[in-house]
Amino acid sequence: MAQEQKQPKRSSETEETVEAAPETDVAERKEALDSDVDDILDEIDDVLEANAEDFVKSFIQKGGQ
Amino acid sequence: MSVRRVMGSEVEYGISVQGQPQANPMVASSLVVNAYASATVRARRARWDFEEEFPLRDARGFDMSRQVADPTQLTDEDLGLANAILTNGARLYVDHAHPEFSTPEVTTPLDAVRWDKAGEQVMLDAQRRAATLPNGQPILLYKNNTDGKGASYGAHENYLMRRSTPFADIVKHLTPFFVSRQVVCGAGRVGIGQDGRDSGFQLSQRADFFEVEVGLETTLKRPIINTRDEPHADPEKYRRLHVIIGDANLAEVSSYLKLGTTSLVLAMIEDRFLTRDLSVEGPVSALRAVSHDPSLQHTVTLRDGRTLTAVQLQMEYLDLARKYVEDRYGADADDQTRDVLARWESVLDRLERDPMSLSAELDWVAKLKLLEQYRDRDGLEWDDAKLALIDLQYSDIRPEKGLYHRLVRAGRIERLLDDALVESAMHDPPTDTRAYFRGRCLEKYPDAVAAASWDSVILDLPGRESLQRIPTLDPLRGSQAHVGALLDRCENAEQMFTALTR
Repeated sequence: MAQEQKQPKRSSETEETVEAAPETDVAERKEALDSDVDDILDEIDDVLEANAEDFVKSFIQKGGQ
Repeated sequence: MSVRRVMGSEVEYGISVQGQPQANPMVASSLVVNAYASATVRARRARWDFEEEFPLRDARGFDMSRQVADPTQLTDEDLGLANAILTNGARLYVDHAHPEFSTPEVTTPLDAVRWDKAGEQVMLDAQRRAATLPNGQPILLYKNNTDGKGASYGAHENYLMRRSTPFADIVKHLTPFFVSRQVVCGAGRVGIGQDGRDSGFQLSQRADFFEVEVGLETTLKRPIINTRDEPHADPEKYRRLHVIIGDANLAEVSSYLKLGTTSLVLAMIEDRFLTRDLSVEGPVSALRAVSHDPSLQHTVTLRDGRTLTAVQLQMEYLDLARKYVEDRYGADADDQTRDVLARWESVLDRLERDPMSLSAELDWVAKLKLLEQYRDRDGLEWDDAKLALIDLQYSDIRPEKGLYHRLVRAGRIERLLDDALVESAMHDPPTDTRAYFRGRCLEKYPDAVAAASWDSVILDLPGRESLQRIPTLDPLRGSQAHVGALLDRCENAEQMFTALTR
């Protein structure tokens, strides 16, 4: 039941897997992957808590089980 | 057995009050639990029946009438003791300084994931309701296991096992499995060491908090194998294995494999199928070393002298499990057992070749991939607060803020369940365990249930002097097949009780 991987691979692996592809194709795909990565980071930038340092510092828990 | 057995999970959620780091977490946890309970639990609030601490089975030793005499006390419980039993058979309560959701008893790993995910939705609902209370501050909940400053809180699994299995066998065969399974079900963590003093990424939220191999404690000197012995079932026949070493998972595949593969390994232990000794030298330090190496290249030394990576050690268990299922069931193996085996094999195979290819299935990989993308784009070092924030916010249970949820929405995380299945599990009990009886009683006779627990439902019936305790000691009885028709038929608790005891 392996699932198709929809997300881009890391850039180093991307290069390996597309080595044999024609030049233009590589460029196009690389561009598509980069924009895919940018999209998700842009989206996450929008929801990340504003002051990372303060937010992380103030997350203090009591121990549990 | 196969992957099927009576099982369940209990998750303590991280909690903070927005803008008030000094807020009392017990008060906040109680607010959350009570907000949900008062909005959703009808009529009286059934109490938890503390049968393990109080001799309820000996009616002479328990003053039940006093409990019943003051119903206001039932809804206005002491802070810190907030507790609700839900119509899905689950328990929502405050444990230590965290709100906790314990799933009802289920019999398959996929059902365990379903009610565990329903627990997230119950918490989300509770959090939203708490925020609407007068003077209610937004309370944030996180499905994670550490604050990165030295505190950890648990995500436990429970598995019903045969009492006849020697505990020493469990320790021997389960320890190497637990040392290595984090490559599949680790939730990922930014920071190394209990207080995160060293920077970097590790596979597991919990690994650094385990200090001994075997023990009874759960809050200090945490053991890889926990010996708590509360079977919540006939102790002559069963033990409940209380597993405290897991991470709280958000990814359904991680969670499903965690429960499914563990259940399979337990089946092999029970059936004395594991003749190969996979014992690891120094399991506590091995556990941490495996967690600290996301490249998955770290090798552990087995007592027989071999050195294996954690993935290879998991492959040893997979190999044995395949043989076991083939040997015991052949072509008759049930679908979920075959599915767990196939997924386990596929995941291990890809972890061996290209771990990052698992980013749609495993929590730690999904998290690491996101972190690496941020590192690439923004040139961040591992000690950058932004990466710690991403780690934390991955587990924020709000769909609009939680990064796991954002990845799901962006189609980057595979799901095994759909929203409708999870939503219905917030209210409906599983049909194939005693949770069905408990949940249906609470749903249909809310005024009559004075208390309940895993192994009892206690009724307060009009005209009867004392409370009536219905024991539910067998986890597989009280199912829909047993009592469905009876509950459908009986208009009130008195009728049901009379029919049951006739």
